[in-house]
Amino acid sequence: MQPRVDEAGQGGDRKTAPGGGSGKRRWGGRRSTAAPYLFLLPFFAVYSTFLLYPTFSALWLSFQEAVALDTPSFIGLENYVRLVQDERYLHALRNTTVYALASVFILSPLALAVALAIRSFLVPSVNLKSFYRISLFLPFITSFVVIALMFSLVFNKDFGLLNSFFRSVGLPELNWLRSERLAMLSIVLVGIWTYLGVNSLYFLAGLQNIPHELNEAAAIDGANRRKTFLYVTLPLLRPTILFVVIQATIFSYQLFEIPFLLTNGGPSDATLFLSQYLYEVGFSQFDRGYAAAIGYSMALISIFLTVVQLLLYRRFTR
Amino acid sequence: MIAGNRAANRLWQVLGNAVLLLVIFLTIMPYLYMVSASFKPGEELFSIPVQIFPDSLYWGNYDLLFGRTNFVRWFFNSVFIGVSRMILAVVISLMAGYAFAKFDFRFKNLLFILLLATLTLPIYVLIVPLYSMMVTFGWTNSYIALILPLAAQAIGVFLSRQYLLSIPDEILDSARVDGAGEWGIFWRIIVPLSQPVIAVMAILFFTASWNDYIWPLVVLTEDRMFTVSLGLPTLVGPYSQEYGAVMAGSFLSTVPIMIIFLIMQRRFIEGITQGAVKG
Repeated sequence: MQPRVDEAGQGGDRKTAPGGGSGKRRWGGRRSTAAPYLFLLPFFAVYSTFLLYPTFSALWLSFQEAVALDTPSFIGLENYVRLVQDERYLHALRNTTVYALASVFILSPLALAVALAIRSFLVPSVNLKSFYRISLFLPFITSFVVIALMFSLVFNKDFGLLNSFFRSVGLPELNWLRSERLAMLSIVLVGIWTYLGVNSLYFLAGLQNIPHELNEAAAIDGANRRKTFLYVTLPLLRPTILFVVIQATIFSYQLFEIPFLLTNGGPSDATLFLSQYLYEVGFSQFDRGYAAAIGYSMALISIFLTVVQLLLYRRFTR
Repeated sequence: MIAGNRAANRLWQVLGNAVLLLVIFLTIMPYLYMVSASFKPGEELFSIPVQIFPDSLYWGNYDLLFGRTNFVRWFFNSVFIGVSRMILAVVISLMAGYAFAKFDFRFKNLLFILLLATLTLPIYVLIVPLYSMMVTFGWTNSYIALILPLAAQAIGVFLSRQYLLSIPDEILDSARVDGAGEWGIFWRIIVPLSQPVIAVMAILFFTASWNDYIWPLVVLTEDRMFTVSLGLPTLVGPYSQEYGAVMAGSFLSTVPIMIIFLIMQRRFIEGITQGAVKG
């Protein structure tokens, strides 16, 4: 969780700074000067070999034309120029953005509503309460693969659960996964189903951090429920809202399994996400240079969102 | 006025309960459907309207899964990879976190910022060169390709460091005065004191490994090396419509994570709210 890490970062520096120089001497001996590096070594060995090195080598690769086993040749920014002219890339970017927007503007408010509902819930017993919590958490710990397989059955046109329900209440049966108009909606629904519970638990934690006295004070001052919510609860909830929204956006831009397994990007690219496009370019067409450029475009989106989160978080908690 | 308020409160409560029950119903439904489908023969599975409770328990899907697919092997692979990656990741994260929390060294802040910067780095950035690396090392279709490269997770260092900051320096200093070596202090003092954060990390890393899909998809091509996540979707395709077996496998593959979750609910929720399992 970014905000906490950020807090800890500052706190930690303050804690170690005053004793900084003397700390080493106090422990004495030569071995304590080498000790921190030895403790860091295993992690950073793996980290630099398998994370840093490939990340930089991907940057270099993205400036090259490197297809399959051909000798790569330097082409400067051509791969990036190609990105903004590539219809399929732009299409994938649009699809992914539509999904991300749905996560932000549909999923997040719904999760807040559920959190508010939980707050007003009279839970008869502790067992029941933990049953609710488990059920809300379940989708989040279920693998995307299982979720995709489950929903391929739920959405099945001929014998799926959803169409069976639609038929029984007299609604028309729909081709959820194979119709260009509905496929993206189906993916969005699966996304909501997956994240609603965990996001509402985030919101619930945020709501529980708001002191009760504030709501009571507002009520005594004559504010009604709506006003209390708008002018007391919502402003105090801003850090949580920000966290949920940014996490949802970052996850959205990295989603792969659901569209890949549920619709395989189809029909006619209606649910082609950036991740799947990268996978196809890199591992079916073996256009490695171009795939690296797509990867970097995705990293830029994620870095941008993280920076926005950090900056806004500072402002909200000042 | 007060009576009116009470009535309004009551209304909100009823409304809240209704919303929550609906959400829980919708959440549970697909799971029930999955389990029930796993106990249905084909003709019952493909009939509409869907019956959530099957007429009788049909074990054919499980027979098929265990007898005619590599499911057991996939399951073993997933357990082996998950446990190995978890142990490795926990040990190296805790060591690095200890260095950041309790030592001063050159470039400390620089290294920490580096970790921060790569915290949300998507695997897509480096997947192409990382795959080439696996090919060069001859590691495709091997366990090590799934265990080693993804073992260095910045989030583990953060969690460990944060936790270890709360351990007083005096304990370590007095051990040093007593002549304990740094390595001994780590294993005999730090590790036992870090049980809670170790549990959180273990859950986090095991779940991430168990649910991993794109990396196994890229580096594994041999059926017998597949993980559960990679293998299950291969049972439905143009040439096979074994939905019942797929649902049986999906159900069984969710069970281990569910058991860990039920046993360690509190830590689990802590772990997941502190670091993202998915993505």
